[in-house]
Amino acid sequence: MDDVKTPSREERKSALSGLGTSRKRVEDARFTQGKGNYVDDIKLKGMLFGDFVRSPVAHARLKNIDTSAALALPGVHAVLTAADLEPLGLHWMPTLAGDKQMVLADGKVLFQGQEVAFVVGDDRYAVADGVSLVEVEYEELPVVTDPFKAELKDAPILREDIADQKEGAHGARRHPNHIFTWEAGEKEQTNKVLEEAEVVADEMVYYHRTHPCPLETCGCVASMDKVNGKLTVWGTFQAPHAVRTVASLISSIPEHNIRIISPDIGGGFGNKVGVYPGYVCSIVASIVTGVPIKWVEDRMDNLMATAFARDYWMHGKISATKEGKITGLWCHTTADHGAFDACADPTKFPAGFMNICTGSYDIPVAYLAVDGVYTNKAPGGVAYRCSFRVTEASYFIERMIEVLAQKLGMDSAELRSKNFIKKEQFPYTSALGWEYDSGDYHQAWEKAMKSVNYKQLREDQAKQLQSFKDGKSRKLMGIGLSHFTEIVGAGPVKNCDILGLGMFDACEIRIHPTGSAIARLGTISQGQGHATTFAQILASEIGIPASDITLEEGDTDTAPYGLGTYGSRSTPVAGAATAMAGRKIRAKAQMIAAYLLEVHDDDLEWDVDRFSVKGAPEKFKTMKEIAFASYNQAIPGVEPGLEAVSYYDPPNMTYPNGAYVVVMEIDVDTGVSDIKQVYALDDCGTRINPMIIEGQVHGGLTEALAISMGQEIAYDEQGNVMTGTLMDFFIPTAWETPNYETDYTETPSPHHPIGAKGVGESPNVGGVSAFSNAVHDAFKPFGLTQAHMPHDHWRVWKIAKDLGLHS
Amino acid sequence: MEKINVIMTVNGKEETLSVEPRTLLVHALREHLDYTGAHIGCSSSHCGACTIDMNGKSVKSCTVFAPQAEGSEILTVEGIGSPDKLHAIQEMFKEHHGLQCGYCTPGMIMRSYRFLQENPNPTEEEVRFGISGNLCRCTGYQNIVKSIMAAADKIRDEANVEKKEIA
Repeated sequence: MDDVKTPSREERKSALSGLGTSRKRVEDARFTQGKGNYVDDIKLKGMLFGDFVRSPVAHARLKNIDTSAALALPGVHAVLTAADLEPLGLHWMPTLAGDKQMVLADGKVLFQGQEVAFVVGDDRYAVADGVSLVEVEYEELPVVTDPFKAELKDAPILREDIADQKEGAHGARRHPNHIFTWEAGEKEQTNKVLEEAEVVADEMVYYHRTHPCPLETCGCVASMDKVNGKLTVWGTFQAPHAVRTVASLISSIPEHNIRIISPDIGGGFGNKVGVYPGYVCSIVASIVTGVPIKWVEDRMDNLMATAFARDYWMHGKISATKEGKITGLWCHTTADHGAFDACADPTKFPAGFMNICTGSYDIPVAYLAVDGVYTNKAPGGVAYRCSFRVTEASYFIERMIEVLAQKLGMDSAELRSKNFIKKEQFPYTSALGWEYDSGDYHQAWEKAMKSVNYKQLREDQAKQLQSFKDGKSRKLMGIGLSHFTEIVGAGPVKNCDILGLGMFDACEIRIHPTGSAIARLGTISQGQGHATTFAQILASEIGIPASDITLEEGDTDTAPYGLGTYGSRSTPVAGAATAMAGRKIRAKAQMIAAYLLEVHDDDLEWDVDRFSVKGAPEKFKTMKEIAFASYNQAIPGVEPGLEAVSYYDPPNMTYPNGAYVVVMEIDVDTGVSDIKQVYALDDCGTRINPMIIEGQVHGGLTEALAISMGQEIAYDEQGNVMTGTLMDFFIPTAWETPNYETDYTETPSPHHPIGAKGVGESPNVGGVSAFSNAVHDAFKPFGLTQAHMPHDHWRVWKIAKDLGLHS
Repeated sequence: MEKINVIMTVNGKEETLSVEPRTLLVHALREHLDYTGAHIGCSSSHCGACTIDMNGKSVKSCTVFAPQAEGSEILTVEGIGSPDKLHAIQEMFKEHHGLQCGYCTPGMIMRSYRFLQENPNPTEEEVRFGISGNLCRCTGYQNIVKSIMAAADKIRDEANVEKKEIA
């Protein structure tokens, strides 16, 4: 034994692959071999398929639905319409935003692509034939696509079901097409500050309608086992536990008889938070037919009918002294919610966390009002790779800062630096009511400016501009800056719930006799690598190598209740629960070790993977030994086994932040932009797995690039979706995607057990502003203050044309 | 609809399928033969999640009818390596974090598989152009490109070792 070298503390630590290591992902073995298990891979005995007849028009009264020809087709088993669902009370369903939504068109259709009938058949081909044979007679009605026309006196009334209701889920409604008014901050005081201000910038900032468009569309397999009375639904659910509760509430099936399983999910980005008619119809069809039903939407269905994101018209005013000290911020937002208010926001926040719109700046007074309106567009308003409405808020303030800098004739980097919340001001209460937990914005900003050599960039830009003015070049250079503060990790149960369910999360751990473990969480990975990273948190907490810890999520029969994965809440909430459950394990392990070593609990100290006697490190018990002892020793006063569960209610949100810089060259004559540099510095607090963080940042930046430079859900005046396929809906390929430089500062969250803040959405939140600001910056010398996204080639060409830059 | 027989070789094994003539190859592979590696992301040839190798070419199997594959040699992601011996591309995707949700991965790997035979010694730019028919929503491609470049190196190294052994 003597010649066996005792591993050093550092060696033992490194063997754990715990916090801070770029551990390779455990998920990848199956994915690289084509052995993932996504919804469409599920094949059950006797399974039938379902698909929708969808409305070809945006607003119409339903005169008649004739299903006879479809039903006569061999291979078609059933066609469901609202009339079939009505006796079950399932022709409408509650939305996550306190509204209700038609499951199948009930009397009228309100958007193009709306679900009208559900055809069930042998396979997808038979179903497609059936869908084409359902005859629907529509009487077209006038269409509302412009949110500013929704509340006109003679505007067509969209929601006849609630036309007379003066009160909605979020207060008074002033027009049948008005959903809510939501306010935050000090209205009068803000108006006074603006009136008396030395400088005021006033701008309409539009964040266009787009779509999360995960590569895997939404779908499910519903299987009602009539023998056992148990319903199992496999589906693309970002919040499986909430889906179970909602399914029970609307179907009256007892919750213990419902099992929701999220298998592997091919990307979510917020699209898979909502409850869609396809899920409800599949469940009903399975109950009706007695066999499992699979429904998987195609790409066009996905882009036309499942949840969109953004569509916020943000009118802003920002005031400052002549020296550039910001004195106040005012914002009125007109929010286009489509035909049903199906936003996925915590109940008390109908405009999400839009009131984080004071951003990273110390703004003494602010006022925000948001008016939601109905239009003949698809419902949604989900947080596409961001916490609830945080990209909107961040884009708004980062545009306002730029516009203000222009008005002041000041460099916008300097204006930011002058107004950042200072390190010593944290915890900082913003004018709109949030308590920012931590940050060091000046440090991050200085590091970013230095890394990109900001001064040099501005000099290069000036040279390029001169060359353009001299007629030597037709290109302009744009430098896009952004500093963002997110608010993620929803959230404290005291103010965050969805449909009354508090937004805590949970982790349950079982240590096996031989010292390996399984942990289950209330969240669900959609590519974030939870099985890899949460095992790392545990490895550091309980001294068991990450490779010896299995991590499971997504099966409501086995995992503890949690609110799922979106809004960067997994690490801030479930990650905290994981650490806390680990600490419970460790506390029990300490008692066991004390018994085995015959010392008092307090005489022990934790040392990486063991408890050792204080002052006598040679006397110790490893977690492996303790685990075995917990199964085979009768320890007085201690229950056998080693398990723990933690339900974690976070005391506050976390506030990841960062500084981004985008440099691009724009061809004035073609509108084509060439991205020269993208630098992203993120502060996500404690870093769990740097490799995964970097991957998340690359991916989020690419989504930001897409959104800002070309991706949109566009409608024509008749409410036709103009961007319903990947031919029209922009997703960057490897060819137009640049390489990214990533960087970081590390300011741990003071209230999170391991100090982590979440990172998956930061690059989207910070990135969109940086890309858009770069386009604006290029044309700033010619007087451009605001041009709406997406900045595709045509729109950029149009900017140049409107500024008279074309000869 | 009347069914017809289609014979094709998939991952080295001859298969006879009885399908409707309109059956898409991706459905034939996924639903008739249970090779669920190829995924469906758009059904319109844009996303490449369904990319497979057919007679030595990368093909988007969502826009090929199964009968068009009559007599073809088809290779899917399930056929290029084994759990004991992954293909160099599979290994390098794991090594360089070239995937996240995994949905584009089989198509991306199968495109890389063919691309690296078309161009065994590519530049980064050539890799980016070579995989531009395959969309990824998660990674931003940077680590995919890194994985493919690393796989190219590894394949060349392995070939050199084999050559030396033969010599």
